[in-house]
Amino acid sequence: MIRHYARAAAAVCISLAALTCAAQTERGYSAVTDARLESPEPRNWLMFLREYNSWSYSPLRDINTRNVEDLVPVWTMSTGTAEGHQAPPIVNDGIMFVTTPFNQVIAIDAATGDLLWRYRHQMPADIRMGHPTNRGVALYGDKVYTATSDARVVALDAKTGAVVWNKAVESYNTGYYMTIAPLAARGKIMVGVSGGERGIRGFVVALDANTGEQVWKSYTIPAPGEPGNDTWPGESWRTGGAPVWVTGSYDPQLGMTFWGTGNPGPWTGDTRPGDNLYTNSVVAFDVDTGALKGYHQYHWNDSWDWDEVASPLLIDLPRDGRNVPGIVHVGRNGYLWELERKATGISFIRAWPYVKQNVFTRLDPVTGRPEYDMDKKPAVGKAAIYCPSLWGGKDWPPAAYNPNTGYLYIPANENLCQHLIGEPVEYRPGQQFTGAQTLDFIVAEGATHIGEVQAWNLRTGERVWTHEFASPNWGPLMTTAGGLVFGGGTNDRYFRAFDAATGELLWQHRTNSGITGVPSSFEVDGVQYIAVQSGWGVDAQGMTGRIDRARGTETIVPQGGVVWVFALKR
Amino acid sequence: MAERRETAVAHRNTQRRRVLKACCGLALCAPAAARGDETEDAAAPPQPGDALVFAYGDRAGQVIAPADVALGAKQILAYPMQREPRRVRDGTRLNQLIVVRLPPEKLGDDTRARAADGVVAYSGVCTHTGCDVTDWYGDVLRFKCPCHESEFDPGDGARVVGGPAPLPLAALPLKLVDGALVVAGSFEGRVGFQALDPFSAAPPQ
Repeated sequence: MIRHYARAAAAVCISLAALTCAAQTERGYSAVTDARLESPEPRNWLMFLREYNSWSYSPLRDINTRNVEDLVPVWTMSTGTAEGHQAPPIVNDGIMFVTTPFNQVIAIDAATGDLLWRYRHQMPADIRMGHPTNRGVALYGDKVYTATSDARVVALDAKTGAVVWNKAVESYNTGYYMTIAPLAARGKIMVGVSGGERGIRGFVVALDANTGEQVWKSYTIPAPGEPGNDTWPGESWRTGGAPVWVTGSYDPQLGMTFWGTGNPGPWTGDTRPGDNLYTNSVVAFDVDTGALKGYHQYHWNDSWDWDEVASPLLIDLPRDGRNVPGIVHVGRNGYLWELERKATGISFIRAWPYVKQNVFTRLDPVTGRPEYDMDKKPAVGKAAIYCPSLWGGKDWPPAAYNPNTGYLYIPANENLCQHLIGEPVEYRPGQQFTGAQTLDFIVAEGATHIGEVQAWNLRTGERVWTHEFASPNWGPLMTTAGGLVFGGGTNDRYFRAFDAATGELLWQHRTNSGITGVPSSFEVDGVQYIAVQSGWGVDAQGMTGRIDRARGTETIVPQGGVVWVFALKR
Repeated sequence: MAERRETAVAHRNTQRRRVLKACCGLALCAPAAARGDETEDAAAPPQPGDALVFAYGDRAGQVIAPADVALGAKQILAYPMQREPRRVRDGTRLNQLIVVRLPPEKLGDDTRARAADGVVAYSGVCTHTGCDVTDWYGDVLRFKCPCHESEFDPGDGARVVGGPAPLPLAALPLKLVDGALVVAGSFEGRVGFQALDPFSAAPPQ
């Protein structure tokens, strides 16, 4: 732990007026309660996608379609690390918390950019860091929580950054790691685990927010004797994957949390015949006990590496002439899914493709279960070409929902397909357990673009606008009551604002690197800000490399993370 | 990272010698000292004179003979093994090695000097973010890391020829002794990865 706060404060005291010093040191910390998380003040962004419904929506409106062209940077700060910066700047009454790759947590005065403290996690020397990224903190009480690449959860004092507790949830030597922003609710800190490509058995675990002691742990693959274990042959359930690496949503009325699960391993389904529950699903766990309350499997016996981990959006949806509590999921499998959530479980409403998808031949109209074109399903020794690519129509980057327009905004990738073959693989603890080789990454002939921002009217099920990019799009989206949609994601390093109603590009600003971070918005002392981290890496970099190889081009995107904060020019 | 680890090992050796002196002066603790040796040697980096053994599979722990390493075939995952007494140095995955045999025309001068009849060995830990370098492009004779697709040329000191890795894989010199593959020196280069962190000019407190 390096506490810059005291040093910085001392330096300011010496060099500037005492008033500045006093203002800098007197910003208090507002304890984060369940009531605040369930109904956050418009000025704050208290969790991964701001609210439990995962809308990535801010009710602030001072920055809007009429004045966004006057948006300018007010401060920036280097994070000091390379690789993929995916975490939102999370803000509680003027105190910002960001996480970075290699598990730093940095606390910053959100209005001035003063660095308050920094926690730097000490990583074991023998770690395999498959995805050097982190997606943000959770706030609860007077603590800040972060999940680490060596499969630990660390609780920090929000005012000082001092470690309060530090608990392992699994062994990193056996392939477990974490990149997720924890979910805080009802005295618990909930996290899911990564490692689906390394033969883990996925789970979500809830820890006591005060002590770090385990409250419940629920696996995403059932053990023998539990319903669904018969969808796994032999011992394959032990190493079957189903990781949970993006933050779940929470319905306080139902007391249920909703999490997306990843694909099974090894990657081709012939190695584990069966539906492989609960991979590629949304699962609902009771927030107090972890009991499984329901699930919906988007597709069975995955063979395409289509993790369905993105945060489920909890949106009321029209069904049979009335509005019902729903779940919206933008599938990596290229389909947009609408489900109903109830105390008794989850049921299918409808789904349709939002990018070109050539694997599903039909969905059962009642259950939503897809049928497959088996020529598009790779196996060990059997190559297949399928669309979209293994990174899907949309990977992890969050979609956004604006209740004013009723539109869902999707950061999509179109015109990409995959040529993949399975190969025999031996399980070795902690090592790659995919059993697959990519033969080609295919850009559709004549493709004029790859990345998209799509807007869908969920009332009508129609696409209302699309903005196209030559580059792939790996940019999480954020929408506001000012009628705007913010996002980066392209390899030209731009951060952009679109008119939420029309898709018109209203503003853009070039940053240091490519943006794969979740944008956020907050207000301090009556001023609205837009914040985002810029820092290219991980899968965005991987896809760019694949496209370069397919096209014979070379795309260089500089790395190195920077926190950007914008406000209207005064 | 290798420098840090070697320092740590050297420190442990010093500590061990102190403990041994104290214990053996009292002639009390030979079994404990032996246990200490075992743990320590299994985590120590490869030493000159070590053999190589298969890390996995049906032949895990068996010595790799030159004939086991087929020309141009996918890398064998291996660990170094102290020969007398026999002790596989698998106490840390930072000792994991990858071993291939290359045709003479594919060996650069520096690599040829480290090779034993065309067989070369490198650290199996990627310098990007520490993943296991387990994939192989047989058509171009390159190692590939499955995590982020870094590619390394084993004929040219495991130079980075693709992907995000910043440094070559550490090389381990080999030689043939009475027809057997034997480690000829220490790792050349840094084992594992190190996060870029310009903030860390001052040590953590």
